Amino acid sequence: MSTCSVSKGCFVFKPSAKKRKLSQSTAHDFGIRNDDSEDTELRFVTCQSLWNQIKSETEKVQEDLNKQLLDNLMNFLSRFHSEFQEKTAEWTCRMKFREIPTAALVLGVNVTDHELTFKSVSDFLQNNITPYIALLEAKDCPGVKNLMQKLMGQLMNCYVDVDSLEDEDYVQVSQNRIRCSMSSLIKWYESVTKKTDSEAPSKKRTTSAHWQSPPVVVIFKDMESFTTKVLQDFIVICSQHIHELPLVLIFGIATSPMIIHRLLPHSVSSLLCIELFQSLSCKDHLSTIIDKLLLTAQFPFKLGEKVLQVLINIFLYHDFSVQNFIKGFQLCIVEHFYSQPLSVLCCQLVDLQKRVHSLSHDQCENIRRLPSFRRYVEEQESGKQVALLTTDNFLKEEIQKLLEDLHVYHENYVSILRCLHVFTSSLPKYPLGKQIRELHCACLENQVWETEEYESSLQLARMLNKSDLVTMLQQCMEILLSSSGKEFDKTVEKLKKFLTEFQNLEAEAFQEQDVSISSQKELQKKTDLYHLQKTLLELKESRRTKKLTKFEMLRFEVVDYIDSLVRKYLVPADRRTLHEILYFNTAAVLRGHLNAAPRTALHTALNNPHWYLKNQALKCDGGSISNKAPDICIVYKLHLECGRLINLVDWLEAFSTVVMAGEEPNADTASSDQMDDIIHARFIRAVSELELLGFIKPSKQKTDHVARLTWGGC
Amino acid sequence: MSRSEGSGGGRRRVLQVKFVPDEEVLKHIADDTGIKVRKDKPQPSISLKRFVKKLENISDDEAQEILEEKNYVATLGISTQDPMGNGTSVSGGEVYSFQTPKRSSKMAELASELAHTPEQSVAPDHSKGPGKTAKTPQSSKHSSSNKEQLRSKKKEFVSTTPYRLRKRLAAPDSYLESESEYSASCSEEEDEEDQQEVSTVLSGQKTPAKTKAAPTPPPRNSLAKKNKEEKMSNLMEEYFEAHSSSKVLTSDRTLQKLRKRRLNQETLRDLLTKAPLAYAAEIKELNQQHESLFSKWMLQLHLGFNIVLYGLGSKRDLLEKFRTSLLQDSVHLVVNGYFPSITVRSILNSITEEVLDHIGTFRSPLDQLEFITKRFKEDSSLELYVLIHNLDSQMLRGERSQQILAQLSSLPSIYLIASIDHINAPLMWDQAKLSLYNWLWYETTTFSPYVEETSYENSLLVQQSGSLALSSLTHVLRSLTPNARGIFRLLAQYQLEKKDNPSYPGLSFQDFYQQCREAFLVNSDLTLRAQLTEFRDHKLIRTKRGADGVEYLLIPVDDSTLTDFLENQDEDA
Repeated sequence: MSTCSVSKGCFVFKPSAKKRKLSQSTAHDFGIRNDDSEDTELRFVTCQSLWNQIKSETEKVQEDLNKQLLDNLMNFLSRFHSEFQEKTAEWTCRMKFREIPTAALVLGVNVTDHELTFKSVSDFLQNNITPYIALLEAKDCPGVKNLMQKLMGQLMNCYVDVDSLEDEDYVQVSQNRIRCSMSSLIKWYESVTKKTDSEAPSKKRTTSAHWQSPPVVVIFKDMESFTTKVLQDFIVICSQHIHELPLVLIFGIATSPMIIHRLLPHSVSSLLCIELFQSLSCKDHLSTIIDKLLLTAQFPFKLGEKVLQVLINIFLYHDFSVQNFIKGFQLCIVEHFYSQPLSVLCCQLVDLQKRVHSLSHDQCENIRRLPSFRRYVEEQESGKQVALLTTDNFLKEEIQKLLEDLHVYHENYVSILRCLHVFTSSLPKYPLGKQIRELHCACLENQVWETEEYESSLQLARMLNKSDLVTMLQQCMEILLSSSGKEFDKTVEKLKKFLTEFQNLEAEAFQEQDVSISSQKELQKKTDLYHLQKTLLELKESRRTKKLTKFEMLRFEVVDYIDSLVRKYLVPADRRTLHEILYFNTAAVLRGHLNAAPRTALHTALNNPHWYLKNQALKCDGGSISNKAPDICIVYKLHLECGRLINLVDWLEAFSTVVMAGEEPNADTASSDQMDDIIHARFIRAVSELELLGFIKPSKQKTDHVARLTWGGC
Repeated sequence: MSRSEGSGGGRRRVLQVKFVPDEEVLKHIADDTGIKVRKDKPQPSISLKRFVKKLENISDDEAQEILEEKNYVATLGISTQDPMGNGTSVSGGEVYSFQTPKRSSKMAELASELAHTPEQSVAPDHSKGPGKTAKTPQSSKHSSSNKEQLRSKKKEFVSTTPYRLRKRLAAPDSYLESESEYSASCSEEEDEEDQQEVSTVLSGQKTPAKTKAAPTPPPRNSLAKKNKEEKMSNLMEEYFEAHSSSKVLTSDRTLQKLRKRRLNQETLRDLLTKAPLAYAAEIKELNQQHESLFSKWMLQLHLGFNIVLYGLGSKRDLLEKFRTSLLQDSVHLVVNGYFPSITVRSILNSITEEVLDHIGTFRSPLDQLEFITKRFKEDSSLELYVLIHNLDSQMLRGERSQQILAQLSSLPSIYLIASIDHINAPLMWDQAKLSLYNWLWYETTTFSPYVEETSYENSLLVQQSGSLALSSLTHVLRSLTPNARGIFRLLAQYQLEKKDNPSYPGLSFQDFYQQCREAFLVNSDLTLRAQLTEFRDHKLIRTKRGADGVEYLLIPVDDSTLTDFLENQDEDA
């Protein structure tokens, strides 16, 4: 069946029931790609399990981070609730002014992440406080009537869910029948609360989970997008009934709390009793995620420098969305396991031995082809080289050793990175970045000790004062003690030694101070220029030769020691053998899929077709294109020379001039007419293609003219 | 920056510290080089040398700027080794910036340049250039042997152009020749005959061209950098200049005056099928590269991503191939977004009616969406692949449509794969929609012609054949009574009689009734009204009230179609 038609735009294809595959396995797609079919199943399973782990980890992180917010909300609700229950003086006062308790949730501009926050909020409220929650979105509520409909629909549904199912029919009927008004809502609320009150003794669950006469919570997910009128009307109506219905509003705000006052006039906003809540900032969220996903030994899969940089840049420059970051991470995992046949070895250490031993010969060959492994082989002596290249079993043992090394390397790397971060994050101007992710990127990129930034941070570290230095050393010690690496015993010892030495310095420090004071006094005596200069010169001389104070020496020692640790442990991952197996480093793919530039692609295709069509005839230098280029390229190039309007006739003529020059000059006069027609037709096609692409549009300003829609480019 | 001068000087000298700004140091260095030059070369060259030096400085600064501009791009991790990637050297500003004023003759200039540059390298012998180029006035004008003739002609042209235009034309001198030709096109009314003559006279002669290109290159090269800087500073002014006048300077020539008539859709298609597709082999290779990604697409669709294809060239065939090769055994929906009357409603309808076998209607698309969501959530075995050609088409690009499609695509068991073509297509989506769509972008530049996609379009140059309108007319009329046919015929004939009157308002009802009575077609105005209602329901006629309150009847079909229709009717009868 064809999908071209002049009368229809949608075509449904339903294969007969027999032919329909029963739950197509995704693993199947994974393997189609190429020959190395042996491990695909395993690879896919590993990939999926890894992703599931990571997903649950990120969800846990999110939950932890939201806890503060949820607790605050809970306090807020409980305060109003107890007031409502006990009918305190404050409550009566508020009733007099008809104020609705309102929580303004400032969520930040990362709209993409809001959905999850709202979900956790509503789940939390549902489980702990009240079953009556309505989530409203601006697009569903163009008017107050729709809003009420949506609201009542959601509230009554949740009533059904909570209570026994026997009432379902009744509610279904009533929902269609009742008019959506505030009074019917109140009636419904009364009946519901009465029922639960009477049933409370028999139903332990209701009483334990929810409060008595629970509040009705209405959440406006995207407050900014609601029309002012709808919001105003709703708030005014609600405030009329607030004494009968314990209503609580929650506004989701992406911009700033000021927006409430901009959307609502004073007369309306005075009906709200607003309290502000700040959700977690997306930057902190990202830091935690990076901390939990990347700077940990928990997951075998790691991101290379470029990839991480791409993901972070998309976050910082485009959306601030943690969800998108995680999505990018997922894509990395999928890409890695899909495109790297050796990723089968990207697993937890416990499984490693088995997997290494079940490697096929082809896979061994794959390993031998890895650049990092070849580098490694070249460094070995000749006997071992031969063995590595010829004996699979020997190779396998070596691989296992190397991979274990790689895991250990990563563990140590993380600990030392954190230590270094303790130092660099307190330096003025942060030459190596404030966040640990920046430091991580710098270390992954190349040997960090060769960079200027590192040099300057060491310089700065050599000027730290004692108390700072001591606290930093203590922090480092804690980090190293908590890490699981076994190599750090000696390091910890050494740090301890430094600390005790610092303590012993006290006495000598006083002495040192005296010396410096005396020298200063000496300086103050001299007044005339000649002597001053002389002393300055002397001072300079002496400084060059002067013996350092003990503290200074110790400080130097500490910094040098840290430096040596960095040089030992923070080797970039791509210098390590077999890093290709654990580290995903094809940033271009990732960037192409997540942060594509359709306009640039179009621009390149039109300006430089040779980029795509590898034909010699198209090759030419600089900005010009040859006259043998595809029609659309020529037409495009010609239209760039025009102003706002383009005369089609001129355009056609210019086009035919170019095309005729490009044709072979053997066409005889008899067929020239036909040639003309064909060129005309080609021109029409090219122009309508440009129209489809949005470069031009028909214009009525002048006959046979089109209007240009883009500018620049030449 | 500090410099101590003379080590053997007094103490004061030693400690003399002088702040020297960077500029001065640079100047100093530049001076030094200047002196060196003086040693080597005779005097006059110095100024030139320095000028060049300055230019170099400027270019350095520029390079620095460009570098900074690209920094951001670089941090995003562009890697040049990827052969399928975008053009790496293109930065955002270069692609599409503001409108700047253009001279109308530029296009012809570029055309002749493009036409001749390769010739120069491949076959320097111009005398064998195709004689046909002479047909276009642009190229024929360059003939030096006819300069005399041209000069006289030019004078004539200038005198005929309005004063304001002339003033504008007089300004830039270097483009004299092209301007003469430009004015020719403006005052074409009078001169067209002349021009035709000239071109026929010239048609036999060779086309040397290049007269214009010859003087330009040397200054252009040396001053290019300076020009560029000026351009930067003048960008703002140019912008306003370009937008200041609503008057557009283009020539007045129209297609009607061209020898060829407009082509109609069918002949266009025929001609295009006759014309060989250029670079077929390379295009095929490109397609094969894309096809190798099919299984990856499947995988990623199943993992919850949706796929969007972009890049120059029709992606219809590619998606069709994907469909036929991988989706044969699963339920899938193909949506032709470029179809002129596609709506979200029809997409949702085909899902509910044909995929879910639901009978009944919905109050609003949102309800329908809710129903679909519920069904897909309830039944986990339900899976649907949705292929949308041109998600960015006129009909689907609206905010609401995109919202609904985005929500549809966010369902875990609906797999969406779509293509976009418009340069501004990504502007349809805000962050919220993007996260619902969960796109993975794939660049699939195919360079294949948009045959299907543009076939519906009312293209600018294609003559509206009206065959569709004609056949609908015939079909509807065939189902009517002979009397009704007669009524319609009367109206049609009357309209054709008046076709030369451009302000023809239509036939007034009273007059029409009179005519119908005379032809024994109706006996009361009620029957006529009933008949007219029927026509109106089938959109055969349109009524509008004139200024005097009289009802006028009009057939909203162009004259040629109407003539065809009447001829057909005569044959039938």
